[in-house]
Amino acid sequence: MNGIKLHKKLEENTGLLIFGILFVSAIGGLVQVIPSLYDESLSTPTANTRVYDAVELTGRDIYIREGCHVCHSQQIRPLVAEVERYGPYSRAGEFAYDRPFLWGSKRTGPDLHRVGGKYTDIWHEVHLLNPRAVVPESIMPAYPWLFERNASQAGNIKKKMQALKRLGHPYTDDEIANAAAALDGLLEIDALVRYLQMLGTGYDESMNDMEGM
Amino acid sequence: MSQNTKEIYHDHIVIRLIQFSLFWVIVAMAVGVYLAAEFIWPEIDFGQFWLSFGRIRPLHTNGIIFGFGVSALMATAFYSVQRTSHVPLFMPRLAWFCCYAWQLIILLGGLSLLAGWTSSKEYAELEWPFDIAIAIVWVCFGVVFFGTIANRRIRPIYVSNWFYGGLIIVIAMLHIVNNLAIPVTIGKSYSLYAGAQDAIVQWWYGHNAVGFLLTGGFLGMMYYFLPKQSGQPIWSYRLSVVSFWAFTYSYIWAGPHHLHFSAIPEWVQSLAMVMSLVLLAPSWASMINGIMTVSKAWERLRTDPALKFVVMSLAFYGLATFEGPMMAIRSVNVVSHFTDWTIGHVHSGALGWNAMITYGTFYYLVPKLVGRELYSTKMANLHFWLALAGTMLYVLSMWAAGVSQGLLWLSIDEYGQLSFSFREIMAAMSSYYGLRLIAGLIFFAGTILMTWNLFMTMRGQKTVEVTPPPVAEKYRINPSPKPAADHTGTEVPA
Ligand code: HEC
Ligand code: HEM
Ligand code: HEM
Repeated sequence: MNGIKLHKKLEENTGLLIFGILFVSAIGGLVQVIPSLYDESLSTPTANTRVYDAVELTGRDIYIREGCHVCHSQQIRPLVAEVERYGPYSRAGEFAYDRPFLWGSKRTGPDLHRVGGKYTDIWHEVHLLNPRAVVPESIMPAYPWLFERNASQAGNIKKKMQALKRLGHPYTDDEIANAAAALDGLLEIDALVRYLQMLGTGYDESMNDMEGM
Repeated sequence: MSQNTKEIYHDHIVIRLIQFSLFWVIVAMAVGVYLAAEFIWPEIDFGQFWLSFGRIRPLHTNGIIFGFGVSALMATAFYSVQRTSHVPLFMPRLAWFCCYAWQLIILLGGLSLLAGWTSSKEYAELEWPFDIAIAIVWVCFGVVFFGTIANRRIRPIYVSNWFYGGLIIVIAMLHIVNNLAIPVTIGKSYSLYAGAQDAIVQWWYGHNAVGFLLTGGFLGMMYYFLPKQSGQPIWSYRLSVVSFWAFTYSYIWAGPHHLHFSAIPEWVQSLAMVMSLVLLAPSWASMINGIMTVSKAWERLRTDPALKFVVMSLAFYGLATFEGPMMAIRSVNVVSHFTDWTIGHVHSGALGWNAMITYGTFYYLVPKLVGRELYSTKMANLHFWLALAGTMLYVLSMWAAGVSQGLLWLSIDEYGQLSFSFREIMAAMSSYYGLRLIAGLIFFAGTILMTWNLFMTMRGQKTVEVTPPPVAEKYRINPSPKPAADHTGTEVPA
């Protein structure tokens, strides 16, 4: 009965109603999300995880621009079948420099978290030019335009690295100064393949154990 | 008629928003059908970057949710808040600004997605300039909405307004926090959060955008229009109070069920799972309230296509909110996650609940707004069957596809080897994708039929002018102007 009385107050006062909704809906976030933002086990890179260099970062942003993440996950779950199929399961620290995260929610195509080193560069190029040339039954789109544009046109790399440095990514001034030169002569496809080839390389021996599975 | 003091509800804006909503549903659903076709004929982007799957999938989701969904929610919120407050909109010009600015954001935002501007975060893909614009329009929406409530002449704030209010407040909070980023260029920014933490923040947003927009917002629609359409007061006021606050409290916790078995802490996942199960209760409470409300007006179901849509939407709402908590159980999610099962779940909610309740509401509202009978009831009845058949076929085909994917991916033979390669499993899905395309075409055909029907109903008509009715003494709050002579607008009290 008291609840209903309290509610009479809320439903007769606009300000109280607004405040009530804000308060009640904020609780979950305060208890669940905010502590996670201070959880260092989530933000500390694993031993072999490093920042993306200028070319890889460009490739990653092309991956985002083309929406590869709508069909590909980058998150291997600790399940026997999944580890068998894709490799050691993903650890939080491997994503410490991922802004934004690209775990995905749908696997129309296979997981790509450990695709780095699985195929040759040439394989990726042929595949991205026309997936059906390599996998006849593939339903992945072709990306011919990546072979026509220069990597240096895919955004301002210097500004990008400066922004990330402000967010705490350990880029040196030298790296930032030489970033544009690193992209010279590369096509977008080259940058994208460089990114694909470094995916999952934050991996180290200690990850072979199946602890937590 | 006492001409000088005549006060009328601002209903023209409601009509305009409904028109925009219809425009977006046609565009974004056509894109959905096109996406479905790309699953069968991947070459139909013709090598054009702007037709590429990865770019137009977010166009589909944003166009539908924010173009169709939010325009419909704004229209119905503006309509019902005036009726339940017995007062015209607060700051009508600001309301018009919201209406047009929102459409401009969707239009330009949609184009920017084709250009490859994207934050990649689902349902928050639009880049920072749009995020700022959205925040501004959203605050204005809040000012108009809550301003109208503050000006109300009837003491209690009606149930539907709590849900619409929840939509406005919670989405504002989620939108701002999730989109915090450092801009690099006009079309590119980097998230303030990284990796696993970014994932947690994103799905706190993502799940609750579903919760407070696709669920809560549309429940607001249900709570106002269902009693109107069935001519009955809401079945249980007490149940609606309890379900509203339980819903608002528990939804927020459930986001990490999108991240089961991922690299986020175990306790976060478990908490999300438990809260998702809890969520079943307030979700179903609203469904029960709705069903019991119509139960006194079953006869109307035989003749009124609008009511049929709304009742069917409640059934699908019940289905989606039952399926959701099941999928949030870790041992079920192991199978469903990453598969077309999720897509089936999404569209049972999206087509069966969101689209159908909106269609039912439009069929009821448009004739009322323009003061003319629906152009063709027959056509509307046909639409009902198309919508039902389309939804069923979509959901069944994606369930079948999703469950097979999930089980086949996980299947291991007696030697501990994978039984099937990814490619074999992918190839086995093609007939389900074919069925989904047919389902989409059926549903889309119905939607075109409705748009035509409503267009013919509106054609050449002016918006009916409705004056706020006087309020009974014991409920009166803010002073009313002296009662107008005619009360053409008097309806069943909410
Ligand atoms: C429509 C969904 C879709 C989109 C978008 C998509 N892919 Fe794929 N991808 C697939 C499918 C399906 C396969 C499996 C068949 C094949 O190998 O072509 C695949 C396979 C792959 C593979 C091989 C993985 C392996 O382990 O064999 C790579 C690498 C890949 N995609 C990269 C990309 C990149 C990079 C992009 C963005 C430029 C992209 N994909 C966009 C669906 C998609
Ligand atoms: C009690 C209610 C609900 C619960 C607990 C729930 C739970 C879930 C779960 C567990 C997933 C799968 C996450 C994953 O494995 O990736 C999911 C996905 C989804 N649900 Fe629900 N659901 C509910 C109701 C609804 C309703 C009514 C809609 C309305 C349309 C809806 C829309 C979605 C969408 C859009 C996704 C896909 C998100 C994505 O991956 O992009 N849900 N839901
Ligand atoms: C004719 C109707 C429709 C068709 C054919 C259609 C088709 C599709 C397709 C093919 C996808 C991509 C699935 C994938 O990547 O595997 C998709 C995703 C999606 N659609 Fe639809 N759609 C339709 C209507 C709707 C409606 C009305 C809504 C919302 C109210 C909606 C909301 C979504 C959402 C939220 C997703 C993303 C799901 C996720 O990420 O898990 N769709 N749709």
